[in-house]
Amino acid sequence: MEKLKVLVVDDEPGIRSGVQRVLKNYTVGFPFMDEDFSFEVMDAETGESALNMITHHEIDIILLDNKLPGIQGIEVLEKINKMSLDIAVMMITSYASLEIAVKATTLGAYNFIPKPFTPDEVKSAIENISKHLFLMRMTRKMKEEGRQIRFRFLSVLSHELKSPLNAVEGYLEIMKEKQAGENITEYMSMIDRSLVRIKAMRGLIMDMLDLTRLESGKKSRKLQNVNLNYLARMAVDTVMPLAIQSNIEIITNLEDEVQLTADPDEMEIIFNNLLSNAVKYNRKNGEVQFEVKQKGNNLMIRVSDTGIGIDQEDLPKLFAEFSRIKTNETQNINGSGLGLSIVKKMVDLYRGTIDVSSQPRLGTTFKITLPII
Amino acid sequence: MMSKTEAMSRIKKMILIVDDDPDYLFQMKYHIENFGFDVITAENMKEAEKALEEKPDLAILDLMMETQDAGFVLAYKIKKQQPRLPVIIASAVAAERGINFRVETKEDKKWIKADLFIEKGIRSDQLHREIKRLLKL
Ligand SMILES: Nc1ncnc2c1ncn2[C@@H]1O[C@H](COP(=O)(O)OP(=O)(O)OP(=O)(O)O)[C@@H](O)[C@H]1O
Repeated sequence: MEKLKVLVVDDEPGIRSGVQRVLKNYTVGFPFMDEDFSFEVMDAETGESALNMITHHEIDIILLDNKLPGIQGIEVLEKINKMSLDIAVMMITSYASLEIAVKATTLGAYNFIPKPFTPDEVKSAIENISKHLFLMRMTRKMKEEGRQIRFRFLSVLSHELKSPLNAVEGYLEIMKEKQAGENITEYMSMIDRSLVRIKAMRGLIMDMLDLTRLESGKKSRKLQNVNLNYLARMAVDTVMPLAIQSNIEIITNLEDEVQLTADPDEMEIIFNNLLSNAVKYNRKNGEVQFEVKQKGNNLMIRVSDTGIGIDQEDLPKLFAEFSRIKTNETQNINGSGLGLSIVKKMVDLYRGTIDVSSQPRLGTTFKITLPII
Repeated sequence: MMSKTEAMSRIKKMILIVDDDPDYLFQMKYHIENFGFDVITAENMKEAEKALEEKPDLAILDLMMETQDAGFVLAYKIKKQQPRLPVIIASAVAAERGINFRVETKEDKKWIKADLFIEKGIRSDQLHREIKRLLKL
């Protein structure tokens, strides 16, 4: 059980011992919390000794009387506020003026409890303030974690963007200094590699744009009734040039009328990513099967290929950002490692599921199920 | 009697370059061979550990290979095996972006055992100078 430290600041001994008694065996629990809170009560007679205790104990909650012998409660509150401590303060007031109430609120007092109070009033006030404190700390923690994930993402991204720049720059330097002689044919492989890297970088930037769309959230989504048959055909047209290069046949099985409430751009991104992977990671003269159909209340998208496949142990990594599977077969294939992470995020948006099954050297199948609502 | 080339190759220092970017690897090899060193390359941890058996005289490691801090891990392993082998860690991410992988604190320096950190865009003459310095040439 987690213990919250409560500090009661009041010059009336009756109030101090009263709160002690009431909170002694009191616990607070909320459905969204793993553990209940119990309370450890400390007390102080003056504002001065309260401030001293705050600096020495990690206090969570303060019940603070305004009328104190030395400095006033409101001044204590002011000091706490300045130290920006993670403490929730509740003012105890017998005859609070509106002026003091307003001031206390601006200084971050969470609530007021009138004096004299009943045990039940103390309990319910403490219950509220504990919940408030818990949620406040939780929010902060989640924001912090979000920032860390973002930070990691950005550092990987800048690495991914800088690597191709460095590679191309490096080749240009060699050419500028004519390190391999005067004959341009000596540099052909460097030029080819530079072009490959630039193309990959463009792909990464396109993926980034897709991600930005996702992150900008619901605002920019254009949900409408779309005919997936049409979008699916467009996606096939898009990968066709790539497929022809390796003589890969794309076999489609698309229902004529498959309607879904969706953002057409998002559907296109899903189709394009799966199809381009199925072609990229295929073999020469291979085959891609592309199926879109309605099954009950669900929409099924299936893309399978006859390509290099994926090792069982690598499957869990597929949907992570920037994750690429490194093997001899994939080392000359371009990609940012973002495509499937984007697809996964999009599928989540539609509350759908994505499954993958694969056999090394035989092929891979991706299956997406989206509920039709 | 040793042949002349054998004697030559024995006095040539050998440099290990570990990086998962094939172009970077190619270019580094290109430059460093031009400086007059022998070069062995490795594209990942496993290859690198094998290459270490060849007893290189200096290692240049990419910071982010398979995982974000693979370079650090490898540097640590190398220093444990061969404490005297100079290690350079190369990174494509600039510190001025605020992304410095926290190698600033004493705590980190204690276990990150690199002799030098370089930026990947480093000019080849600078690189040459640093290598000569670390090899005490
Ligand atoms: N159909 C497939 N067959 C075999 N491996 C695949 C297939 N699809 C994806 N992969 C593996 O999963 C990894 C992640 O795929 P993902 O689409 O996220 O990135 P990518 O193809 O590297 O880049 P891009 O975002 O440019 O498509 C790929 O690098 C590849 O190794």
